[in-house]
Amino acid sequence: MPVEVRLPTLLRQYTDGTASVTADGATIGEVFAAIVGQYPGLGGQLIDDSGSLHKFVNVYVNDEDIRYLDSLGTPVAEGDVVSILPAVAGG
Amino acid sequence: MTFPGTPTLRITRAQHRTIIGHCFDGLPDEACGLLGGPAIGAMEEPTGVITEVFPTRNADASSRTYTVDGKDMLRAMRTMDERGEVLVGCWHSHTHTEAYPSPTDVRTATANPNWIYVIVSLKPEHGAPVLRAYRIRDGAVAEVPVELMG
Repeated sequence: MPVEVRLPTLLRQYTDGTASVTADGATIGEVFAAIVGQYPGLGGQLIDDSGSLHKFVNVYVNDEDIRYLDSLGTPVAEGDVVSILPAVAGG
Repeated sequence: MTFPGTPTLRITRAQHRTIIGHCFDGLPDEACGLLGGPAIGAMEEPTGVITEVFPTRNADASSRTYTVDGKDMLRAMRTMDERGEVLVGCWHSHTHTEAYPSPTDVRTATANPNWIYVIVSLKPEHGAPVLRAYRIRDGAVAEVPVELMG
């Protein structure tokens, strides 16, 4: 099931400048594995060393933040749009 | 220090009021928000002009840290998308410290090296809010001049 993944500015350096990529997968984790397969440089940017979603990115399926769903296990269906945005935080 | 090509942040008095007002509204917690405007090139270099100030919720609800609420950020990004513009920076308050990036601010400034980070100090000793702007790159901080328009 192909879904569209929209990338923030800073990650486009890993996708030859492409702002949006399409990948197959039944969950966010599977979709990320597919796009990292296409663009290996994205790997460490999306997933941290422990295999969890990187804390410096926010990921949405349509309008929903996956941290409040099932994180990388969140299911996706054809036609869903996955948006990745930088997390904005500080002290 | 300055980084080469640093723009001057140009905010209107109305935008300035919106930022300061949201910072006071957030007390005792830190308040935060986003800046939208035109930008140039693939790395979205801000021109310094701000067309929209987005007050956002602080998901941390903390007097010591902030995290821009994810849904508020998505909404702000889409608003700028529709205008053909982008998010070019963010702002947050320091309730009892200076308007200068904290070590945490420097460590977490990962969104885009071209972003402008506005910090508002509400430190009571100042008597009035102090607003300053910075760029943060690879652990280095450089001040961005601020010009109030209109």
